[in-house]
Amino acid sequence: MSYIKKSPWLVHYDGSSCNGCDIEVLACLTPLYDVERFGIVNTGNPKHADIFLVTGGVNAQNLPVVKQIYEQMPEPKVVIAVGACACTGGVFHDCYNMIGGMDKAIPVDVYVPGCAARPEAIIDGVVKGLAVLEEKQKAVAVLAERAEEERETVLEPTVAMHKQQEAKK
Amino acid sequence: MGKSTVVPFGPQHPVLPEPIHLDLELQDEKVVKAIPSIGYIHRGLEKLVEKRGFQEYVYIAERVCGICSFGHGWGYSKAIEGLMEIEVPRRAEYLRTIWHELSRLHSHLLWVGLGADALGFESLFMHAWRLRETILDMIEQTTGGRVIFSVCKVGGVRRDISDHDLKEIVSRLEKLKKEIDGLTALILNDETIHARLKGVGTVSFEDAKALGCVGPTARASGVPLDYRCGDEGGAYKELGFKPVTDTAGDCFARCKVRLLELYQAIDLIKGCVENMPAGEIAVPVKGFPPAAEYFTRVEQPRGEAVYYVKGNKTKNLERFRLRTPTNANLAVLVKMLQGCDLADVPNIILTIDPCISCCER
Ligand code: SF4
Repeated sequence: MSYIKKSPWLVHYDGSSCNGCDIEVLACLTPLYDVERFGIVNTGNPKHADIFLVTGGVNAQNLPVVKQIYEQMPEPKVVIAVGACACTGGVFHDCYNMIGGMDKAIPVDVYVPGCAARPEAIIDGVVKGLAVLEEKQKAVAVLAERAEEERETVLEPTVAMHKQQEAKK
Repeated sequence: MGKSTVVPFGPQHPVLPEPIHLDLELQDEKVVKAIPSIGYIHRGLEKLVEKRGFQEYVYIAERVCGICSFGHGWGYSKAIEGLMEIEVPRRAEYLRTIWHELSRLHSHLLWVGLGADALGFESLFMHAWRLRETILDMIEQTTGGRVIFSVCKVGGVRRDISDHDLKEIVSRLEKLKKEIDGLTALILNDETIHARLKGVGTVSFEDAKALGCVGPTARASGVPLDYRCGDEGGAYKELGFKPVTDTAGDCFARCKVRLLELYQAIDLIKGCVENMPAGEIAVPVKGFPPAAEYFTRVEQPRGEAVYYVKGNKTKNLERFRLRTPTNANLAVLVKMLQGCDLADVPNIILTIDPCISCCER
């Protein structure tokens, strides 16, 4: 059974990159590649997003912003690092104010290599990200099922028992 | 008049592909003051010349910005060539001009799309980006890359374009021109676009000059500032070149200037193909940059970019400095935002065509 119930929405942020990968991310949304036909929508609001597409090696000033966007996204969420500089720091790895790679700022699930990453590669990354999202949603669903079970087998009988005892008094 | 409120705009904002932060001080719906703060994409690329060899640095220069990447590679190479007194073959200059104008086409079409998106005209965004893909195809066919080409090097270019490919570029541009006609007619005659852009964010000729704005932003206010008509390399001098200008200085004028520049770029590429000289595409580079300095300019899609280099007889340069067009245009942006409506803020920001990665390096 698929645990993904709705089309995945993504939020995109430029975490100190050169912009090359950012325009390729946007190119994915436009007629030649057109990921919107799969229901993937680029949203501006992190609170609506399931997937965080992020580029760049993050500098000191951008670090809190990247973290904040990540924290604002509801669970389950997937982070896709797009481009060589988001994966490892890339050409900017020894710049003085770059932390060198997105995974030093937030947990990354999928890495898309390339400088600049090609739209095909980005779409491939998103598809891989969907598998991760599915796993994470499954984990959340299993937890929810367990909680439900617990409610049925432990919580409700206890409450019923208490009520009976109250009534007897 | 009520109390003023401060609305933060950015760094993460749907209309901005790149992070910049503005504090907008509002009185009701009117912006009374806009305070920009930058630094979200500062990577310290200028400092990197101390760690990379001067020939290797061309790749870094290209990654200053992914949209005008070729121009930055060219500007840096040109500065080094000037410093080391290297004579670049004519054919290489013509090839560089072709690639530079192709980047201008893709950059302007990209801008049309983003500008339309800021207006809420989503289908125009899609349309413009569809046209842009044909340019990217040509770039990919001739260089192998889509946004970062890496064909420019110190002393010339890395790849030649065959006669067959040159002819194909011209025939494809002819076709594209017809489609751009449709796009231009749509934008210049659409009531809604007129209502949103005309008379909004106006910059007078005097302000444009005093605040030092560059590129299409300056040209839309009647300042005929375009370094392609100067003595700044490439094939522009031989092709004869006149900058596109307008006098209104509002968002609509800036839009119009960019649209007309699309046609101009197509004509320039055709001129290059017709007059393409034969010969070498690069000369070998020997030795290290001397202990001297050099300064040059390139007209990027967004305006004039200034390159300064200083050598010290070693493999690494001592200093590289780059002043980018967005940097120059931020001052005028702050001026434009004073007194505008909150709803017009995205339009106004987009019409200076901000490129924050360039601006902060
Ligand atoms: S990976 Fe390369 S092209 Fe992509 S943002 Fe980083 S430097 Fe630019």
